[in-house]
Amino acid sequence: MIATRYSPVAIWLHWLVAIMILISFGVGLCMPDLSLSPFKLQLYSWHKWAGVTIFGLVLVRIVWRLTHPVPPLPQEMPRWQRAMATGAHYFLYALMIAIPLTGWLMSSAKGFQTVYFGVLPIPDLLEKSEDLGETLALVHKTLNFTMVAIVFAHAAAALKHHFVDKDAILARMLPTSQK
Amino acid sequence: MTLLTRTIAFIGFSLTANSALAIEYTSVLQDKSTLTFTSRQMGVPVHGRFSKFTARITFDPARPESAKAEITVDLASIDAGSKDANDEVVGKQWFNVKMFPTATFSSTNIKTVGVARYEVTGPLIIKGRSAPVVAAFSFKSEGTNAVFDGAFTLKRVDFTVGEGAWADISTVANEVQVNFRLVAAPSVASPAKSK
Repeated sequence: MIATRYSPVAIWLHWLVAIMILISFGVGLCMPDLSLSPFKLQLYSWHKWAGVTIFGLVLVRIVWRLTHPVPPLPQEMPRWQRAMATGAHYFLYALMIAIPLTGWLMSSAKGFQTVYFGVLPIPDLLEKSEDLGETLALVHKTLNFTMVAIVFAHAAAALKHHFVDKDAILARMLPTSQK
Repeated sequence: MTLLTRTIAFIGFSLTANSALAIEYTSVLQDKSTLTFTSRQMGVPVHGRFSKFTARITFDPARPESAKAEITVDLASIDAGSKDANDEVVGKQWFNVKMFPTATFSSTNIKTVGVARYEVTGPLIIKGRSAPVVAAFSFKSEGTNAVFDGAFTLKRVDFTVGEGAWADISTVANEVQVNFRLVAAPSVASPAKSK
């Protein structure tokens, strides 16, 4: 039997990661402009812990996706739309891996180790270097704004399917109330 | 009997000769010496250093108990790990370098705790506040120079370094580990120095 919905695990992981990305993005966007305070240091740490968590959850998502069939896209969708949808998904996965990685590398280059929840030190791959830190900051930022664009298209497409095409594309990724 | 007497005489002579020839290290080589520290922010070790400090020491390995050390640190020369931090820590809530430009340490007591290992005690004064410090250090000779490597942990709250919101030690930890490496040349007047 071909699945018509995503599995509950895939659905929950999707929305959990989506919410975490949304919050981390917002925090990451605002925190550099704050003047130095204990709160700013806390925000940076929370942002990094969230990034590490997202990275781990994305790895789980990838494994889950590779081992569980994805419900196919409707046949009536034009070929180009199906290609775009698949491409966008690949792109999003790549970004969800690359963004935490560049964040971690940037932090290392700026001389701040990432210590997960303040207890688990994640090794520094890079030596402290101001120039490299600035470059990685730019890469991290650029990847994030690229993600915003793709996420916007991803969400707009889902809403278009739901409200315009009135198909089940969005519904198959929504949690259901019945068991 | 005569052999024993001679042996004792010889040992006695050696000891005298040794202390007479003892090298006293007095001039600290600024460019070879370092003063670094590690603080913790949200559990993250952050390394910093002071690039300007002066140290006056006298150390004779044969008589370590009579050694002395006086260190003055130019607090504005701090590198606290980032530009943000450097701008912040010289300010009123931290070191307040306008009012208190230097930190000083003067030894009051030095004791031997192992082979070429010692412990120096004395008051550390930062921001006008004094707190006793005990620092373990080692001595080794490197060429004609002496290298003193040591460390101690201070509590920043003892010196009101970090006031206001920063007094909260759950973000920036109270304990700061200080590491020093002083390289000193023997004094010119030393009898060991042959000209």
